[in-house]
Amino acid sequence: MSTAVEPRGRTKFLLSLNGWLVYVFFYAPIVLLVVYSFSASRNVGTWGGWTLDWYGDFVDNRTARSALSDSLKVAAISTVVSVVLGTMAALALERFKFRGKQVFDALLYLPIIIPDVTMAVMMLLFFSQFFDAVNTVFGLSLRKGFGSVVASHIAFSISFVSVVVRARLAGMDNKMEEAALDLYATRWKAFRYVTFPQIIPGIAGGALLAMTLSLDDVVITQFVAGPGLETLPVYVFGLIRKGVTPLINAISVVMLVASMTLVALSLLFERTRGGDRAQ
Amino acid sequence: MTAVEQPLASPPGAAGGSEPRLATPEFEAAAVRQESRRGFLLALPAYAYLVLFFAVPLLIVVEYSFATRNRFGGTDLSGWNLDSYAKLAEPIVRDILFRSIWLAVLTTAICLLIGYPFAYYLATRSPVVRNVMLVFVMIPFWTNFLVRNYAWRVILGHDGPFTQTTEFLGLGEHEFLFTPTAVVLGLVYGFLPFMILPLYASIERIDARLLEASRDLYASGWQSFRHVLLPLSMPGVIAGSILCFVPSLGAYVTPEILGGAKTTLLGSYIVIQFLEARNWPVGAALSFVLMAIMLAATIVYFRKGGRTL
Repeated sequence: MSTAVEPRGRTKFLLSLNGWLVYVFFYAPIVLLVVYSFSASRNVGTWGGWTLDWYGDFVDNRTARSALSDSLKVAAISTVVSVVLGTMAALALERFKFRGKQVFDALLYLPIIIPDVTMAVMMLLFFSQFFDAVNTVFGLSLRKGFGSVVASHIAFSISFVSVVVRARLAGMDNKMEEAALDLYATRWKAFRYVTFPQIIPGIAGGALLAMTLSLDDVVITQFVAGPGLETLPVYVFGLIRKGVTPLINAISVVMLVASMTLVALSLLFERTRGGDRAQ
Repeated sequence: MTAVEQPLASPPGAAGGSEPRLATPEFEAAAVRQESRRGFLLALPAYAYLVLFFAVPLLIVVEYSFATRNRFGGTDLSGWNLDSYAKLAEPIVRDILFRSIWLAVLTTAICLLIGYPFAYYLATRSPVVRNVMLVFVMIPFWTNFLVRNYAWRVILGHDGPFTQTTEFLGLGEHEFLFTPTAVVLGLVYGFLPFMILPLYASIERIDARLLEASRDLYASGWQSFRHVLLPLSMPGVIAGSILCFVPSLGAYVTPEILGGAKTTLLGSYIVIQFLEARNWPVGAALSFVLMAIMLAATIVYFRKGGRTL
């Protein structure tokens, strides 16, 4: 855990130069985007004096507003469900032995490594067949929409939540739980009063990650949303493909502020859980 | 991990005579079975969910990749064949596949070249500075991906800040937008944190005394890097490269926003097969190939001693 050898002379200069350039590279585009979102010029990327008009446009835009509320609903439901399922999975894998554990472990890793596009294709084909089957058997007329989007978001979020919670559980001393069990606490009581309070930061970190992923997703949502639903990223992506407008700048900055808020929250939780990370 | 055995194993010794029933092998076996059932029940909801909404869809993709597209743009699932996979060898698809792999390799190499010195620099800072620097690497990592790509679209756009700067500097008018260069730029911007974080994690763990020892034994800076630092940080290099390569290869949003019509990549091509061309079998076969590459990369990673993603 000791610090690597301190570089000297020219190496030191080049290393710190590279460091600064990386930060400029990371932040210059974000800063420029924010600045230009206040530009009065209709031409994106040209400065035309300060204005808040584009934010006004966003507030007045009914489609954008409903896309925003759809996004938030999807994110809220998928986060809650994936946090519950992911935490249970993490506990089962870290604290129990059971048959089929290895298969479950592998299955839980797959959604993390699978590319978005493949996942999108999987969900599209699955829901097409699933709704066909259900509709013919039960005589219903279910279609792709809110339900299929939420179900897909949960499917990729569970894994991320469980990885974060497992990291927390693995870094945690289980002597306290053992002591509780030795003192005749039931398994539930030991969890409720000993384990759970200690893994709250992990659960919160997992929840924020799930929410970020849900609010970030374009491809999977686009595939399974059907005609009835448009989340904010899908709406914005559609607009960008038609061409850049100041309205997109304003919406982007709103989304930026939302994700920055989530980062700030997650870093706060990070601090309380003493530096171990979701990586 | 061993939490299960310990509470069960300790009572016979610890509790001694006060709980004689714990000592019998039958009871222990029953207790182990009960624990196993509890663990299974705890995992069951997520397990069942992932089987239904992940494993089954995966199998359906495989099924579709062997199917045939009919005249109406629908898919005939009966009569399995390898036509869709044969189609992957056609020049158009092959070019797209190679172009995607090439751009992903390029992205990974650039991320490595920028990320390695950065991660090393990070590891040599004092803990306080290090934490602050890490936070500022994490922020873009968490920031909305679409928005980050869009920012480059604005910057590189016609008459945007980038063109204005090059013109101001007298370098003439340069337009990168809608070229492969812009795509690689966007991918590097998107995935650089994926490279830095695992690299940092592995460099930080290296015992600095080994580097000092190599220098004491008259190794040059380069030799000590080449023969001590680099081999020891290899797990980080591999992890970072996979974490960069995998999403770059399957990228869809970045090429759509920054790339032009001439630079169709794998991700976009798959999407087109589903949403426009309605050739689902070919799309499914390509997604399956993409996933197979990812799986192979991940297996390599775990074999090389990587433990977490």
